[in-house]
Amino acid sequence: MKGGRTLRVVVTTIVALLLVVALWEGYKWMGGQTDDHWPGTSIELPTSTDDLTMPHATDIAGELFEEVRDGRARLPLYLFLLKKGWYTFQEAAIGFSFGLAIGLGLAILMLRWRVAERGLLPWINVSQTVPLIALAPIIVTWGRLNDIPDILSISLIATYLTFFPVAVSALRGLQSPDTAHLELMRSYAAPWRTTLFKLRLPAARAYLFPALKLAATLSVVGAIVGEISIGTKTGLGRAILEYAQRYAVSPERLYASVVGAAILGLSVFGMVNLAERLVMKRTEGVERADRVAA
Amino acid sequence: MKNRWTKGVVSLVAAVAVLSTACGSDEAAVGTGDCESVDAVSLQLQWVTQAQFAGYYAAVDNGIYGDYCLDVTVLEGGVDIVPQQQLASGAVDFAVSWVPKALVSREQGADIVNVAQVFQRSGTLQVSWADSGIDDPADFAGKIVGNWGWGNEFELLAGARQAGLDPGSDFDLVGQSFDMLALLSREIDAAQAMIYNEYAQILEAVNPATGALYEASDLSVIDWNDVGTAMLQDAIWASGSRLSDPGYQDITTRFVAASLEGWVHCRDNFDDCVDVVLNNGSALGASHQAWQMNEINNLIWPSDGGVGMMDEDMWAQTVAVATSSGDLEAAPDSGAYTTTYASAAQDTLRAKGIDPAGTMQGSWNPRDIVLNPRGE
Repeated sequence: MKGGRTLRVVVTTIVALLLVVALWEGYKWMGGQTDDHWPGTSIELPTSTDDLTMPHATDIAGELFEEVRDGRARLPLYLFLLKKGWYTFQEAAIGFSFGLAIGLGLAILMLRWRVAERGLLPWINVSQTVPLIALAPIIVTWGRLNDIPDILSISLIATYLTFFPVAVSALRGLQSPDTAHLELMRSYAAPWRTTLFKLRLPAARAYLFPALKLAATLSVVGAIVGEISIGTKTGLGRAILEYAQRYAVSPERLYASVVGAAILGLSVFGMVNLAERLVMKRTEGVERADRVAA
Repeated sequence: MKNRWTKGVVSLVAAVAVLSTACGSDEAAVGTGDCESVDAVSLQLQWVTQAQFAGYYAAVDNGIYGDYCLDVTVLEGGVDIVPQQQLASGAVDFAVSWVPKALVSREQGADIVNVAQVFQRSGTLQVSWADSGIDDPADFAGKIVGNWGWGNEFELLAGARQAGLDPGSDFDLVGQSFDMLALLSREIDAAQAMIYNEYAQILEAVNPATGALYEASDLSVIDWNDVGTAMLQDAIWASGSRLSDPGYQDITTRFVAASLEGWVHCRDNFDDCVDVVLNNGSALGASHQAWQMNEINNLIWPSDGGVGMMDEDMWAQTVAVATSSGDLEAAPDSGAYTTTYASAAQDTLRAKGIDPAGTMQGSWNPRDIVLNPRGE
């Protein structure tokens, strides 16, 4: 049963990947046949399909095994991207952790005091309308004035993106228990804290995990945007920045680093998925025990 | 004197006994690594690691800053980082910035001072295909002309106006990105390019017609130094308000001297500086950085007034171009630059037996750099 599930995931992933490659190459082939027009019309394709604009998927994959220089070392591009990705992952992970803590904290605050909910929620919504390019220089300048290393400033940008979905969905989740359950807790004279930990937080998980999956990918986006915006010595964002500037010379490298960023995003998504399954499975066990006891 | 004063203060805090030794020995100690204490200093660059900033990296990696009792952190630039604004906000101690951009910020209230004019010439070109017939700015008429914006376009606009053209109505002025794709695909007729970066990129790209790399003869180049609308570029900027503090003056004196010594090092040790840049994590290839190092040296050397010294004619030209275009409302006051620190630095360099002008026979000869495919 378990093995079947893993197999299914692997097969779906491979099929999805092949589908993307087929679409990419098919579009490219079509453009080549029709001189970049929709077949049978004089309407131009949205992007031209020459090798500079759309390198072959095999060339992008092949580029991963080309040697690039990284400081004093020379290594294949895929290793280079793994190294850079690890750095970006750390920034994203720190940002995600802060975002999780702040988001949960805000949600509990808003749960405890309706006044806080009424006062804070609009601001939490407004916060996401501030464009990152405006925010990034402010965060780094403020960080440098307070002797905060740039890597933490970048993490803070990731935090800024991640706390929002956490706060909003955690609040909904914490408010989700049935009135009957809440009244039962009240009849036990359970203090607010006990209700929070025994009833509200477990109930919030179902709301929280979808938000965490979103937050995890957003934290990677935030870290990469932060790197490009603020400038770092390393990281995937830095690689994307430099390869973008040299797109005309080696477009495959930019595509390869973008693929790297996508894989990093998928990985963190997978990690949250795994965490969800572990946490939910533990409760599943508890619930089953409950049923047996009943 | 200033030097002695700060070092005295630092020593006083430490111990009275140390004070006497510090005062006694420090005149001879400048730039020799004989340090009572080391000052931590940060420098904001305009972009990521590349040979454009080799002098600063060389000064770090070869211990030149250390010799001047400085511990320098070099901060790379990013897309949204404006070096002179990082400096004005106090987030960094020094910044590298182009003169016109910095003067615009200064007019808007950034309290910054040019303390060393490192690049003596402009590195900006307008590049087109040889067959498009754009040989001087007058030929822009009716063409599509790319530019990067953000203050990178001042020389181009001034050059076009000087040729009697009205940018935007006599020719199409369009934004371009930092890759040369728009020119390579002929979406635009002329593209902005730095001689040390984007211009080389074209020469590292394969010409689909021949299967070989593009050659310089495929291109027509307008050099703003020849047109007469060139503006001064990379300079070291310091905080204006902090320059009244003797401690910061002393640090600035040492920082400028050590940075300029770094640039002298890159003049005299070309290959070492290319290595330094690569080791500091440039994703660009070795031949590209060698090309860039060569062209950057050409922008610095010879420095007729000595390295880091302001070329007053070029300053006047820079200001004239910026004010006539309306980018600057008025000419900056005389406090916008000072040659005090560059002069002092040159005295220090001469005392160490270094030629600060680069005019001595054989001290700088441009190299012939062969660019490899993709700049590898």
